[in-house]
Amino acid sequence: MSQAALTGRTATSRRRSTKSSSGASWGSPTTYLVATVLISVCIAPVLYIIIGGFRSNSQITVNPSGWPDPWVLSNYTSVLASGMFWQQFGNSMISALSTTAAAVALALMASFVIARYNFAGRNAMYALFAAGLMFPMTVAITPLYLLVKNLGLTNNLLGVILPQIAFALPTTVIILVPFLAAIPKELEEAASIDGASRLGFFFRMVLPLSLPGVITTGILVFIGAWNGYLLPLFILNDSANYTLPLGVQAFSSEHSVDTAAVLAFTSLSMIPALVFFSIFERRIVGGLTGAVKG
Amino acid sequence: MSDSVTELPQRSSRSGSIRGAAPKASPRSDRARADWRKRFEIAILSGPAIVMFLAFVIFPVFMAAYYGFFRWKGFGVPTNFVGFGNYVVIFNDQNFRDALTHNGFILVMSLVMQGPAAVAFALLLNQNIRGRSLIRVLIFVPYVISEVIVGTGWGLMLQYTGALNDLLTNMGLGAFAHDWIADPNVAIWTLMVIISWKYIGFAVILMLAGIQGIPEELYEAAAIDGASYWQIQRWITLPLLGPTLRVWAFLSIIGSLQLFDLVYIIWGQYVASTAGTSTMATYMVREGRLAGNYGFGNAVAVVIFVISLAIALTYQRFVLRRDTAGALTEAPGRKQN
Repeated sequence: MSQAALTGRTATSRRRSTKSSSGASWGSPTTYLVATVLISVCIAPVLYIIIGGFRSNSQITVNPSGWPDPWVLSNYTSVLASGMFWQQFGNSMISALSTTAAAVALALMASFVIARYNFAGRNAMYALFAAGLMFPMTVAITPLYLLVKNLGLTNNLLGVILPQIAFALPTTVIILVPFLAAIPKELEEAASIDGASRLGFFFRMVLPLSLPGVITTGILVFIGAWNGYLLPLFILNDSANYTLPLGVQAFSSEHSVDTAAVLAFTSLSMIPALVFFSIFERRIVGGLTGAVKG
Repeated sequence: MSDSVTELPQRSSRSGSIRGAAPKASPRSDRARADWRKRFEIAILSGPAIVMFLAFVIFPVFMAAYYGFFRWKGFGVPTNFVGFGNYVVIFNDQNFRDALTHNGFILVMSLVMQGPAAVAFALLLNQNIRGRSLIRVLIFVPYVISEVIVGTGWGLMLQYTGALNDLLTNMGLGAFAHDWIADPNVAIWTLMVIISWKYIGFAVILMLAGIQGIPEELYEAAAIDGASYWQIQRWITLPLLGPTLRVWAFLSIIGSLQLFDLVYIIWGQYVASTAGTSTMATYMVREGRLAGNYGFGNAVAVVIFVISLAIALTYQRFVLRRDTAGALTEAPGRKQN
């Protein structure tokens, strides 16, 4: 069953092409119509934000649902020229990238132990991380804030990154364990005959073979960290240290009359997560195929 | 390889064999060395993750339980022990009970609104249509952008003088224009629409993954037996999608109970209760952090946690048990070495 995880990518693409032939009896115009409606609903609010950024405030006031006439670039250019945006963009990048790298590395090592070592506490270790799914950050946020404060890390990106790593571990471990468990034992035996230790096996075989799972979890962690709001809200209190979600909120309350600028700021801040996601979308579906089936 | 295959059975009798005759010295010390080496590797590999997890996830949750028994402003060591006083206040506070009701409403309506829609969309997107990968990316856009962006964008769009009401007026439907955010009669439905819009993409990803995990042979067999498309979906896809549906419902329930960002961003910390959209989490932040009553805030966190845990365990016990033996309750994978 967990084999599906490792072979997920190839199997998925094979199934995609074959399965649809069994369902081809569906009238395709209807399919396209429903798909178009669905996509419009999903995209319209996002387009509203992006296109709204190309309008001036007077256009927005006079005709709130209108099209830009003429198109105004100044909202975007002034955001791109502001040091604060790039400062907060950099903070978000540092926070998201280091969270992703550390969470995936730690989770990969722990998952390797859970999936491929036989020892007494193995089930308990897995249960510990699985239980973490029930400890969302909302519940722990107040004591977490106090803990970070006692460590002297308030208003410091590290105070956001460390808890983010810890809270990303449960999902990451649970997705990675089936991937690692599915690596055929023969490979490990062959590696050991060739004189590789278990750790050598980990670095030379496991890392490359689990790449699909690593990418899936990496993207999920990155997006989660990039979008994180509650934790930065508690930890960071100086706008120079804000990540973009806090920056968007601060900007929109400071410039509450300058709707066009708020829309431009907002649409620029969503680009990185969208880019990351659209590059790896196929990997995510493939990776979850294994994880959901356990 | 097998040092690791043979290792386990011997581990239990190891202490006995040390005390026993031990005829050959060298194999045993080799084994002991391998055993230590294995423990060392386990510690090195899993130690960092476990330490991080215990320090930043488990420890704070226990500290919340401790702080919740005190009236405490967050400075120094809590001394003003009030026992269950905070909890009495919470459950007697009409604002909290309202928030709890809203959470319950959101929980049920999320399942009702998103579940069927997600299955339908996944079936649709599993069709072989042109531009499918583009459609997939686009449908996940709302899930990928942050709550702050969703809140800011929808908030502006739904203002009384915003784009939606303007659009309705232009279409001659001005009578339907509402104060979508501030009107307590519609605000919670506004919230439900935004939540569904935001999170349906995730549900669709899971359903797609689930559908693609169904063995192809079943579809071939059904097609040979002359089953129609809808019969196939009804009798093969839906039942086999059961585990995915139940896991999704679990995640959705937990998410509904913890809902914070969207409400806090769109309705702010004070309007949420008058508009009828406050949740337990916004109540916690407002009464705890913003009011400076850290002891009380922690007590609210404990209440949220206990409610979530009770619902989660009940759900696991009665609904999830058969599917997730292996994913959520015990270690997976029978093919260990």
